[in-house]
Amino acid sequence: MNAAGFPVLSLITWLPLVGVGVLLCVRGDEATVAANARWTALWTSLIVFALSLVLWFRFDTSNPGFQFVENVTWLPAFKVSYRMGVDGISVLFVLLSTFLTPICILASWDSVHSRVREYMITFLILETMMVGMFCALDFLVFYMFFEGVLIPMYLIIGIWGGPRRVYAAFKFFLYTLLGSVLMLLALLAMWYRAGTTDIVVLLHTPFPPEMQFWLFLAFLASFAVKVPMWPVHTWLPDAHVEAPTAGSVILAGVMLKMGAYGFIRFSMPMLPQATAEFAPLMFTLGVIAVTYTSLVALAQDDMKKLIAYSSVAHMGFVTMGIFSMTQQGIQGAIFLMISHGLVSAALFLCVGVVYDRLHTREIDRYGGLAWNMPKYATVFMIFALANIGLPGTSGFVGEFLVVIGALQVNFWLALLGAMGMILGTAYTLYLYRRVIFGALVKTDLKSLLDLSPREVAIFAPLVVLTLWMGVHPTSFTRFWDASIGAMVQQHTASLDTVRFAGGPAR
Amino acid sequence: MNWTLAAPELVLSVCGFAILVFGVLRREDSTLLCTMLTIGAFLIVAALVLSTPYGIAYRGQFAVDPFAVFVKMLVLVGALLAVILALDYNDKQSLTRFEFPVLVLFSTVGMMVMASATSLMSLYLGLELQSLAIYVLAAFARDEVRSSEAGLKYFVLGALASGLLLYGISLVYGFAGTMDFAALGHAFTEPGSVSVGLVVGVVFIIAGLAFKISAVPFHMWTPDVYEGAPTPVTALMSTAPKVAAMALLLRTLAVPFGHLLAQWTPLLALISIASMIIGALGAIGQWSIKRLMAYSSIGHIGYALIGLAVGTQAGYRGVLIYLVTYVFMSAGTFACIIAMRRRGRALEKIADLNGLASTDPMLALAFAVLMFSMAGIPPMSGFFGKLYVFLAAVQAGNWWLAVIGVVTSVVSAYYYIRVVKVIYFDPAEPAFDRRSASLSFVAAAGTLFTLLFFVFPAPIVAAAQGAAQALLG
Repeated sequence: MNAAGFPVLSLITWLPLVGVGVLLCVRGDEATVAANARWTALWTSLIVFALSLVLWFRFDTSNPGFQFVENVTWLPAFKVSYRMGVDGISVLFVLLSTFLTPICILASWDSVHSRVREYMITFLILETMMVGMFCALDFLVFYMFFEGVLIPMYLIIGIWGGPRRVYAAFKFFLYTLLGSVLMLLALLAMWYRAGTTDIVVLLHTPFPPEMQFWLFLAFLASFAVKVPMWPVHTWLPDAHVEAPTAGSVILAGVMLKMGAYGFIRFSMPMLPQATAEFAPLMFTLGVIAVTYTSLVALAQDDMKKLIAYSSVAHMGFVTMGIFSMTQQGIQGAIFLMISHGLVSAALFLCVGVVYDRLHTREIDRYGGLAWNMPKYATVFMIFALANIGLPGTSGFVGEFLVVIGALQVNFWLALLGAMGMILGTAYTLYLYRRVIFGALVKTDLKSLLDLSPREVAIFAPLVVLTLWMGVHPTSFTRFWDASIGAMVQQHTASLDTVRFAGGPAR
Repeated sequence: MNWTLAAPELVLSVCGFAILVFGVLRREDSTLLCTMLTIGAFLIVAALVLSTPYGIAYRGQFAVDPFAVFVKMLVLVGALLAVILALDYNDKQSLTRFEFPVLVLFSTVGMMVMASATSLMSLYLGLELQSLAIYVLAAFARDEVRSSEAGLKYFVLGALASGLLLYGISLVYGFAGTMDFAALGHAFTEPGSVSVGLVVGVVFIIAGLAFKISAVPFHMWTPDVYEGAPTPVTALMSTAPKVAAMALLLRTLAVPFGHLLAQWTPLLALISIASMIIGALGAIGQWSIKRLMAYSSIGHIGYALIGLAVGTQAGYRGVLIYLVTYVFMSAGTFACIIAMRRRGRALEKIADLNGLASTDPMLALAFAVLMFSMAGIPPMSGFFGKLYVFLAAVQAGNWWLAVIGVVTSVVSAYYYIRVVKVIYFDPAEPAFDRRSASLSFVAAAGTLFTLLFFVFPAPIVAAAQGAAQALLG
């Protein structure tokens, strides 16, 4: 048995489905069902979050390996088992998922009126898929969760989305599916080669360089779409704009991290030579993402689209950090991912607040909100500054570490990345100025109410965490210090073996 | 002669005759009773199939091995579900005739013979028994032009395919001098024994069987017949006979022509690729759900054929697992389609499903699960079917098949999720009529199997493994 004394990972993965079962049994007229569905979903997700805190307190930060490991026979003939476990890299993503789900449910408390029960069911299923994906220690199990996420997300965008929801839902589904089926082929090839899909075994299986080349490309097809990297990012603005607020929160907060997590978990440690070989390409794509999408964001007049492009830019940073293959770079990438998971989620929630009141996301329709919504203006400011990466907020630490990592690789890379930070400042402040500052002249804005207690309750934990991460980053970095150290060491060692064995084969 | 090995088939035939006589002698309408008796017969025979010992009977013409048992069980499940589906449909369409279950029963006997056939003669016998019964079933709604047309089309084209098959059999017999599978297998081991005429014969046999599983380029009949035939018959045609014909193809190619592997695998790879592509592209423009299912079944056969085209034991195992998942998915989907009925009229346009999620959430959920499964999205069973055939292709180094397979599965996902879109995203139309318990049962059985397959897949995978092993001896 593991450190917690009970199968905590399976519990937090599958518990939301118990909530789904309860929701399916609710009877009564529509208003009763809606109210019951909201409370059931909220309590389920809160219990899951409370359980997941076990990971925060009981996780042994000095152990670089997998913890809380569970193992159940599933397909013995194929050496495939249901294996769960977390290491320093994945543990905080699990917590991020369980943390954001109750926030999403709270955020849709009043804004979702139709088919509330189905809405809550899809969110709980989504939570199962997300948590399971980060906990899976078997490639096949991982893949099932990774692709299973598509089903609830497709429904969330398509049923509760905006006017072009059908287009956005199809684009999201088919884009990501095409990427992930190619990863399925890579999975099959590795399965055949290693004889098992146990991730721990695969991490120590050397794959021949020729094979690594193709495997890397297949992984890239899947993860690049999920990250999303330029030029396969085009589904993201559409999906974000059409999805309901909570859908955007999960999309930006957790689902974008799946791709980058895949790079760190699979591409880098399993395919070291190919990673080294492809790193220049990844840097190029990362730099393009940072500069190009920042410029695009500058030109947006839809708030959600702007934040969506800003997400692509931040994920470009993450890519650069990962492929710098330095301790600081990867640390920064993970830190930035967690931070972005909180900040972009909060920014989408900020958009949701005014969207609920005015039902438009057009930036020009707003202006001068600081006058009648001071609390909102403050909250928005904190997250805008965190998005910029102001010291003292979570965004700073991640970007700073990534730039340090990039500097160790190439000066110009670091310079171009830092340029992106400046552009990020430009578009965020420009957005903030147009929405919050200025004179309050538009008549329909004058009647807007400030944050309600429910909305304060949503933003309060996000503000606390953002500042906590900025002021005392060590309480977060301690989780992955050991794991990343071991990973970078193994990576360097495996590159050295090839070098001593007569140079890289390709 | 060890004739007791064929006890399940014999018992089922006797039951068929008894039910027929019973139906004729009873004056009043006895459809329900005959259906129940048929279901009972299927259950008894299923128990018999599981308890019959393995062996070879009728001078090597008939074999009982794990492969035959596996296929027979699957065939029985498919036929059983189709009979249950017909109960409600025939009642509502005033097709209540007691011959319906009896015809399904006799066609099932044919399929079971096909599963056990180890000689070209018994192969043909089983195939014809199965086909003749289904020709009649396709035209069962005899007052309806579409159904008669479907029956006629199926019969004419089926007869042509049987002719091709017979021609192939006679060529093989002429060149090898035997019809027995084991003897044929030995005959081809000697060097120089493989002549051009023989290969032509094998190609004809493949063509005849490809018609029965509606693989491209012998798929032309499928959309029309699927659309025209009464829906429970379509459900039957897409499950049990496909399984039996696929099993026949597996055994015929793997056992007697196993040494000609190099000759027939490229042919099957071609058929498989063509089926996947036509199945994926053809369905995109369809507005009738039955025609959509026809193209979908062409595509599914294409995926299953990947396993056969790689020609390894892992591949055969993949085919069998694929068929298991496919039978349940398909039966469940057709149960949902039969439930599409408004004010007594059966509907089959995809647009009729508009907004089903708000009028009938359970049916909508079943439909969505089955569609996602057909698209191969985990954790539904359809994903596992694809997983094992792709795994076999990758193991055999047949990358092209796997790559084309995954790409066409993304293309076909488009039309599957379009059905989900119609059900969940579009504004609601008036609710469907109340569906009967029998339909709900089949829909629930298909959906639950599809949804929960991932929890405990090991026994079915192990059974398929045993069957594939038995096939290769």
